[in-house]
Amino acid sequence: MSENSTPSMTLDLKGLLCPMPVVKMAGAIKKVEVGQILEATATDPGVMADIPAWAKSTGHEVVKMEREGKIITFWVKRLK
Amino acid sequence: MSEELEKCTLVVCSGDMDKVMAAFIIATTAASMGRETSMFFTFWGIKAIQKGNPTGSTFFEKMLSVMNRGGIDRIGPSRLNFMGIGRWMFQKMMKDKGVTPLAELRQMAIDLGVQLLACQMSMDVMGIKREDLIEEVAGVVGAATYCGLALEGKTMFI
Repeated sequence: MSENSTPSMTLDLKGLLCPMPVVKMAGAIKKVEVGQILEATATDPGVMADIPAWAKSTGHEVVKMEREGKIITFWVKRLK
Repeated sequence: MSEELEKCTLVVCSGDMDKVMAAFIIATTAASMGRETSMFFTFWGIKAIQKGNPTGSTFFEKMLSVMNRGGIDRIGPSRLNFMGIGRWMFQKMMKDKGVTPLAELRQMAIDLGVQLLACQMSMDVMGIKREDLIEEVAGVVGAATYCGLALEGKTMFI
């Protein structure tokens, strides 16, 4: 990740199940500026597929996704 | 951005927990993906947007209300309901897993701007009035209003 990839906001989605992670991401992405990164942690394995699908559909970029045990962390850049 | 995206419409003709839940999950997700989303509740589906008070004025309408009262908290699963035991069991299992309850999903859909529409004809047949529905229902409409929205996007039938 490059230097301007420091998340400007962090979201805790742990323990939430479908559809909550996507619904919360949709609300939170509006609170960061265009070009900034939103970081989130989740435990629902469904986010591995759903967050990229949501990002593709809404035109944002999933910069990175990491899975460590049950914790999934991902960084989404707001593009519009 | 939203002008370019297709609209999403859902027809909800079931009053079963599993199907109504699927409908609200898809609706909240579609709205979160920037889609202008509307839900058209018809026949048993109307249960999901009723306040839950007794309805009807004729004998049959009142009987229907006694046998199958509306209201989001009275909605049971399509299988294994066992006079409400199944509903209780599923609610408990979902709560234990942290699944968002049906009533909260509906509120979330409303907060996300999902348009809730009720079928006029079904309401006439069953003797359900506008005041028997929750305030947030955007309109009591017919098939033409629904089709007008549906033809501008994608439809799901639940």
